[in-house]
Amino acid sequence: MIEVQGLTKRYGEKVAVSELSFTVRPGIVTGFLGPNGSGKSTTMRMIVGLDQPSEGSVLINGQRYRDFRAPLCEVGALLEARSVHTGRSAYNHLLALAQTHGIPRRRVGDVIELVGLGGVARKRAGGFSLGMGQRLGIAAALLGDPGTLILDEPVNGLDPEGIRWIRTLLQDLAAQGRTVLVSSHLMSEMALTAEHLVVIGQGRLIADMSVADFVAGASENVVHVRSPRAPELRDLLLAADVTIRADGADVLEVSGLPSSRIGEIAAAAGIALSELTPRQASLEEAFMALTHDAVEYHGGSASALPHQPGDGSAPAAGGARLETHGAGARS
Amino acid sequence: MTTLTDVGPARGELTAQAGYGVTQRRVLLSEWTKLRSLRSTLFSLLAAIVFVVALGILISWAQASHWDQESPIDRLTFDPTNTSLSGVFLAQLAIGVLGVLMFSGEYGTGMIRATITAVPHRLPVLWAKSIVFGVVTLVLMTVSSFVAFVGGQAMLSSKHIDTTLGHPGVLTAVFGGGLYLTVVALLGVALGALVRSTAGGIATLFGVLLILPLIVNFLPSSWSNNIDPYLPSSAGQDIFTVVRDSSSLGPWTGFLLFCGYAAVLLAAAAVVLRRRDA
Repeated sequence: MIEVQGLTKRYGEKVAVSELSFTVRPGIVTGFLGPNGSGKSTTMRMIVGLDQPSEGSVLINGQRYRDFRAPLCEVGALLEARSVHTGRSAYNHLLALAQTHGIPRRRVGDVIELVGLGGVARKRAGGFSLGMGQRLGIAAALLGDPGTLILDEPVNGLDPEGIRWIRTLLQDLAAQGRTVLVSSHLMSEMALTAEHLVVIGQGRLIADMSVADFVAGASENVVHVRSPRAPELRDLLLAADVTIRADGADVLEVSGLPSSRIGEIAAAAGIALSELTPRQASLEEAFMALTHDAVEYHGGSASALPHQPGDGSAPAAGGARLETHGAGARS
Repeated sequence: MTTLTDVGPARGELTAQAGYGVTQRRVLLSEWTKLRSLRSTLFSLLAAIVFVVALGILISWAQASHWDQESPIDRLTFDPTNTSLSGVFLAQLAIGVLGVLMFSGEYGTGMIRATITAVPHRLPVLWAKSIVFGVVTLVLMTVSSFVAFVGGQAMLSSKHIDTTLGHPGVLTAVFGGGLYLTVVALLGVALGALVRSTAGGIATLFGVLLILPLIVNFLPSSWSNNIDPYLPSSAGQDIFTVVRDSSSLGPWTGFLLFCGYAAVLLAAAAVVLRRRDA
């Protein structure tokens, strides 16, 4: 169980994490989602005591990370950037970590086999591929057989086989009753791996809900309708809970009505339809809608990027609100 | 593919059974593993040994072979002990760089994050790195100094200008070669933790040890004579010098001052390491 309470981190003027509170429960995989620069990594670094919070606290099973006698046996962490000396072999890297706790060499061999690095354990970690590096990071996280695991973007740079391996591993670990917090900026990945979601943007909590609820909320149907008499049809369809967006002269995007009902209304009025397509918003779209206002670095046309620090709410092309609080943010 | 059935004892048992936990002794062992598992460490230490021994013998040989051409003044101030230990000046480069790398190498590669998550109190890491690298340097460099002394005196004996360990101050000076390099190692460790970057740490260390004395030398002599003896380099090098000028602080006073500089830097490193985000 991880309890984050009113966590705030400021770097000078810049607020990376702001009054963040949430709880990560054991037994399930909790996804920690947010766009790049939203404060996920900073939050995770504060959980394991690498960064000091400006305000607030994090408790793991009721204790501060720093107060654990054997931190590696309580919390296993895989942080975003590589945390390995490139000149040292995987085996010696893990051995040095194990020795700080008196964990026996046997366990080092076990975790190496567990993550499938048996063949390269004596090779310099600097020569590892991104995927092998992630496996080594996971081996380090599992070294102390911890009850809590914190992984920052573990699937980054992995091939499909590696992604599936991590997904299964995380679910197995959670099924054993461990607390598992995994960050990602990909909603689709989290929908497959996690059971619960904590979504943040600009360092603030946006959502704390189950994946099932999120998916249900995201599946609001939009029906794509094409008709030569679109404006007429639009007037017929308009009702209380219906929103219609015109997209060109002959296209309507209707939400709030099932496609069958739209077809009936059109037929009754004798309006010909050339296209009637129900579309389900993808999870990614739903996630983007949720975090849209909180995305810090929008891509877009050059004119939409007024990079003056301190200009908090310049309306940008496409209606996206652009937040430019200066560079140097840490995700 | 791998499954988790072989993840080990059920959750929590591993910890409970074995009394795992961070202790200073365990962190020492861990730092020893880190030190010996990097090829760059081994090469640098080997280089330091070769510098002390080979350069000391080479320069002693050169002195002996040119002794007849030396001026009376040079003969009078000739220090056979210091001459055979001249390799210490070169070895301090290898030792100092390695000391800086103890921390800067971890900051540069990201290893520091793994280290600090394993030892969240952080200070045991500073002490362990200092002790491990300090002891390794002390042992290797003391032995090297003795070998250089014996070899160097053998070269000098051809002109009967050699000395023995029995002469006043000579034994101290030969031990002093190892002691001086050990404190250089500690200065490096502290600067690595303070500065975090390898280039910055090395520049600071050798700026102070090698460049500062040159600059002080440009000052009016009434100033430089009063400042120079207290510079870290001059104070530290007193201990492996037998024939010294009147302004020198003396072997042990100088060496204690040199240790004092290292202690201040280590204390600063401790404060910063404890407070700073990693």
